[in-house]
Amino acid sequence: MAKKPKNKRRDFLQLSTVTLGAVGTAAFIWPFLKSMSPAEDTLAAGSTEVDISAIEEGQSITIKWRGKPVFIKKRTKDEINAAKMVQASDLRDPQDDADRVQKEEWLVLVGVCTHLGCVPLGQKVSDMKGEYDGWYCPCHGSHYDTSGRIRKGPAPKNLDVPPYTFLNDNTIKIG
Amino acid sequence: MDKNRKVHQFKNPVLNWIEFRLPIISYFKKEYGDYPMPKNCNYFWSFGALATITLVTMIVSGIFLAMNYTPHTDMAFDSVERIMRDVNYGWLMRYIHSNGAAFFFIIVYIHIVRAMYFGSYKYPRELNWILGVFIFLLMMATSFLGYTLPWGQMSYWGATVITNLFSAIPFIGEGLKTWLLGDYNVGNATLNRFFALHYVLPFVIFGVVGLHVAAVHVHGSNNPDGIDIKTNNDSVNFFPYMLIKDTVAMCAFGVAISAVIFFGPNLMAEVDNYIPADPLVTPAHIVPNWYLAPFYAILRAVPDKLGGVLLMFGAIVILFVLPWLDRSKVRSCNYRPIYKWFMMGFFVNFFALGYVGMLPAEGLYLLIARVGLLYYFGFFFIITPFVGWIEKPSKLPLSISDVYAKNISPNIGGGEKGIPSPAMQKDTNL
Repeated sequence: MAKKPKNKRRDFLQLSTVTLGAVGTAAFIWPFLKSMSPAEDTLAAGSTEVDISAIEEGQSITIKWRGKPVFIKKRTKDEINAAKMVQASDLRDPQDDADRVQKEEWLVLVGVCTHLGCVPLGQKVSDMKGEYDGWYCPCHGSHYDTSGRIRKGPAPKNLDVPPYTFLNDNTIKIG
Repeated sequence: MDKNRKVHQFKNPVLNWIEFRLPIISYFKKEYGDYPMPKNCNYFWSFGALATITLVTMIVSGIFLAMNYTPHTDMAFDSVERIMRDVNYGWLMRYIHSNGAAFFFIIVYIHIVRAMYFGSYKYPRELNWILGVFIFLLMMATSFLGYTLPWGQMSYWGATVITNLFSAIPFIGEGLKTWLLGDYNVGNATLNRFFALHYVLPFVIFGVVGLHVAAVHVHGSNNPDGIDIKTNNDSVNFFPYMLIKDTVAMCAFGVAISAVIFFGPNLMAEVDNYIPADPLVTPAHIVPNWYLAPFYAILRAVPDKLGGVLLMFGAIVILFVLPWLDRSKVRSCNYRPIYKWFMMGFFVNFFALGYVGMLPAEGLYLLIARVGLLYYFGFFFIITPFVGWIEKPSKLPLSISDVYAKNISPNIGGGEKGIPSPAMQKDTNL
């Protein structure tokens, strides 16, 4: 049927009804989708305070933050130097050690391999630490250095540094 | 395979591709596009569509609630409170679901009232009515199971009282009850299976609704005058006329249910259900959800345990045979001068039963419940068969168009369309 000027009113009504219906449906669907994202109590558990006063030099602890392991390591002088000596441009995921720490003896990392999500070894003295003396992922053989940067193996990225702040000399708040 | 099958042709090649392999496009066109609706159908005929929409809303909101609910006696109540406080829009999901259940029953009751008053249950739609009563039964079971899940005081004691109904059955009753509960009283095993069943039954309802709709589409919808469609002049296509009409009804319904969800979400809730379930303390006054109250009133009106249970279930089962109790061939009560008033009396009586079902069973309330019980069964067993026999129905219109020809000036409403041909007039003596 050819559109005559007198159909404009009908076209307007049809278009505005369909538009309103679409907007209404979207507004109805939104709360349902939103209900699937983390709830308020889950978000409230999104930050963790850690007492680091008992950690000796060269020692590392693992804590749980948002359900994931976080490594907090007090590095030795040798480890800091090893991390600093590396040229960032030689790395797969170029980053200077200084950009990965706030205080150079304290290294805070999300302990999840950036390849496929396993937890790398290296927290215990007896663990394999890989060729660069940092962490070694047993799943597919990724090697991380003393700054948690990827040096060898299939992982594409350095270990993540979570957001954290020093509340005082003995306490870190993660998240 | 039938090589002679005539494949419907559409302009869109994609539709043709699908249609050739699965003739679903022509099916929808036939059942929801060109489907003829009697043109005299009023807004009572929108309640089937509203019920379907509500069912889908209940299933969707229920699935999202289930994502955050924990069916364990130690955690169920807290998980519901977490839904209310911490889950994003959890309060909205829950209020949609709890008030949606109440509105589902309001809609279905109106739908049933319409079917009874306008005689939609009569030939040739008896099976349709039976499927409908079956859906109603499933709905009651589902709502009862769902009411247990928040694990408040009313949940717990409602479940206790209702499951104890089965213990009234002689010899096997106690054993049956224990089997149903999976424990000696309502416990974790009960809560787990109630959750499982509450999740699956709505899909069963959805299936039966499919049959219910398919059945009504065979002979077409009834209408306020209870006469059949005879020519194209008696009907309009479902699309767009009835779809738009149903959409208007849906908007009105949306306003009503939104008003309750957002401004009075606990109007129809029992405060005692915000107290965690306690197997050692029974609330002073146990009430069912209001939409089950008429049947609860019947249960309490009988001073005998087994008798009360039998009459309560009998009150629902009797609905199945209504098409055969009613001897009159006239469908619509608009043309039944005597039965019409008994029918309205039945609706008032049902309402009164529901009212006293929410109040303590003593004194005047008990008396009303007993009178109501007598009328309920008297209506089906005595009034319905007897009135159909003695009543002289008023004159039916010759056709649906004829209704308009009479009501409106023939020049406007009828015209050449409105005047039935002699051939049509011939077979109208119902």
